[in-house]
Amino acid sequence: MKKIVDFAIEKLIFIAGLVAIIFVVLIFFFLLKGSLTFFKEYNFFDFIAGRYWYPTSTPPKFGILSLIVGSLFVTLGASLIAIPIGIMAAFYIAEVAPPSIKDFLKSGIELLASIPSVVIGFIGMTTLVPLVRTLFNLPTGLTSFTGSLMLAFMAMPTIVSISEDAIRAVPWQYKEGALALGATKWQTMYRIVLPAALPGIFAAVMLGIGRVIGETMAVMMITGNAANIPESIFQPVRTMTATIAAEMGETVKGSIHYHALFAIGLVLFVITFIINFIADTFLNRSKK
Amino acid sequence: MNRKLVQKIVFTILFFVTLIVIIPVILILSIIIKEGYSAITLEFLTSMPKDGMRSGGILPAIIGTFSIVICAISVTLPIGVLCAIYLNEYAKDNLLTRIIKLAIVNLAGVPSVVYGLFGLGLFVIFLNFGVSILAGALTLSIMELPCIITTSRGALNSVPQSFREASLSLGVSKWQTIRYIVLPNALPGIMTGAILSISRIAGETAPILFTAAAFYVPHLPKSIFDQVMALPYHLYIISTQIPNMPKNLIYGTALTLLIIVFSMNLFAIFIRSYFRKRKKW
Repeated sequence: MKKIVDFAIEKLIFIAGLVAIIFVVLIFFFLLKGSLTFFKEYNFFDFIAGRYWYPTSTPPKFGILSLIVGSLFVTLGASLIAIPIGIMAAFYIAEVAPPSIKDFLKSGIELLASIPSVVIGFIGMTTLVPLVRTLFNLPTGLTSFTGSLMLAFMAMPTIVSISEDAIRAVPWQYKEGALALGATKWQTMYRIVLPAALPGIFAAVMLGIGRVIGETMAVMMITGNAANIPESIFQPVRTMTATIAAEMGETVKGSIHYHALFAIGLVLFVITFIINFIADTFLNRSKK
Repeated sequence: MNRKLVQKIVFTILFFVTLIVIIPVILILSIIIKEGYSAITLEFLTSMPKDGMRSGGILPAIIGTFSIVICAISVTLPIGVLCAIYLNEYAKDNLLTRIIKLAIVNLAGVPSVVYGLFGLGLFVIFLNFGVSILAGALTLSIMELPCIITTSRGALNSVPQSFREASLSLGVSKWQTIRYIVLPNALPGIMTGAILSISRIAGETAPILFTAAAFYVPHLPKSIFDQVMALPYHLYIISTQIPNMPKNLIYGTALTLLIIVFSMNLFAIFIRSYFRKRKKW
C-alpha cells in the first residue's frame, strides 16, 4: 500500500515538474489561436509595417508600426537611463558601501521592487507629468520621455540586484590577486571585477529591458496613448502593452479588433521570449 | 596619491548615483503617506463607495483583492512546491530539465498584460468561467508559478544533503524522506516565498483587467464566479477615469494598497530572520 502511494505521489510530482512547459506552450497556443483568426482576414505585412492603428474606423486599419515604435522609444529611453545608473549602484552596493548603509540601500531597492506598477503610474501622473510639462514647456506632460523616466526607475531593482549577484559571484582570489599587486580598490573593480562579472551584468540588463517592454499599467497612465509615430521624445506615444490593456475591455469578443489585440500579444510574447532566452544563456555562462 | 584621489572621486560619484535610485522611493512613499493618511478611517475601509465612487469607502475592493489573492495562492502554492520538489529532488541533469528551467525563465518574463489575454482566452471564454474571481485567480496563479518554484527550490536546496542520507540509510523511501525530513526543514523558506508572492498578486492590475475586475459592483462577492472590484484596478479607475475625484480618496486607496503589500513583505522578512536565527546547521 505504502509503495502504491509513493508511486502515485512521485508520478504527480513528475507531472507538476512539467507545468512550466505546459503553460508556456498553452500561452503560445492561445495567443496563436487568437492571432490566426486575425491573419486570415488581415495581411501580416500590413499588420507589422502599417503606420495606422484605426481599429474602429471603416474599413479598420490595424498597422502596429506606431505601437512598436512607441514601445521601442520608451524602452530605449528607459534603458539609457537605467543601465548606467543601475550598474553603478550595483557596484556601490556590492563593493563599496559599508555594511550598515548596504543594508539600508538593499531594503530600499526591495521596497521599490514591491511597489505595484499602478501606484507608480499614479504617482507619475500627479508628480512627474506636471513637472515635465512645465520644465520643458510642453503642451502635455504625458510623453515618452516621462514614461522612460518612470520605467527606468521600475527596471532598477532587476538590474541592480542581478548585477550585484554577478559582481559578488566573482571569485575573491581575483580581487586579492589584483590588490596584492598594488592596484587600488577602484582599479581592481574596473579592470578585474567588471570584466569577470560582465556576462551576469549583461543578463541583468536584458531582464531589465524585458521588464520595461512588458510593463503595462504605469506606461498606460503616463505616456499619453497617442498612436502616432513620435518625432521627438517629448511627444505622447502608445505602446503595444497599453493598446491591449486599454482596448480589450471595449471591443466586442470575437471581432477582428479583438483578434488583432491577440496578435499584438503574440508579438510581445515572441519579443520577451527572445530577450529572456538570451538573458538565460548569459546567466548560465556567468555561473560557470 | 593620484590613484587614491581618483578612487575617492569615483566612489563619491557611485554613492550619489545610488542615491538617485533610493531618494525617489523615499519621496514616493512620503507623498502617498502625507496625502493619504487623512483619508484612511474605519469608515473608509469598511463602507461601500458612494456618489459614483467620489465618496464613501473601498470595502468591496479590499474584499475583492483578498478573495483573488487567497484563491490564487491556494492554487499556485501546491503546484509550485511539487514542481520545485521534482526539480530539486528527482530531476536529472538532462535535456528535459534544461527545457523545464528555460520554460520557467520564460514564464517569468511574459508581460503581465499577455497573461491577461491568456486568462481571457482560456479561463473566461474557453472554460467558460466568465469574468470572475476564479478566472482572475487562476490567471494570477500561473503568473506566480515561476516565483514560487524558484524560491521553494532554493529552500529545498538549502536542506543539507546529510539529512537525506541519514533518512535513506534507515531504509525510509525517497518520498517519505522528502515528506518528513526535507519539507519540514524547507518550510520557512517556502513560506517566505509564498508571502512575497501574495504581496505581488495583491498589487497586480493588468492580468485581472479582462479576467476578474469590475468597474463597480454594488454588492460584495458571493461566490468565486462573481466579478469583483480589486484595489489596484480601483486605483487605476479612480485616478484616470473619474472626473472630479477627490484627491485624498485616491491617495487613501494607494496608501491602503501599499500598506497591504508592505506588511506582507515585512512579515516575510520577519519569518526569514526568525528561522535563520533558529537554524541548527
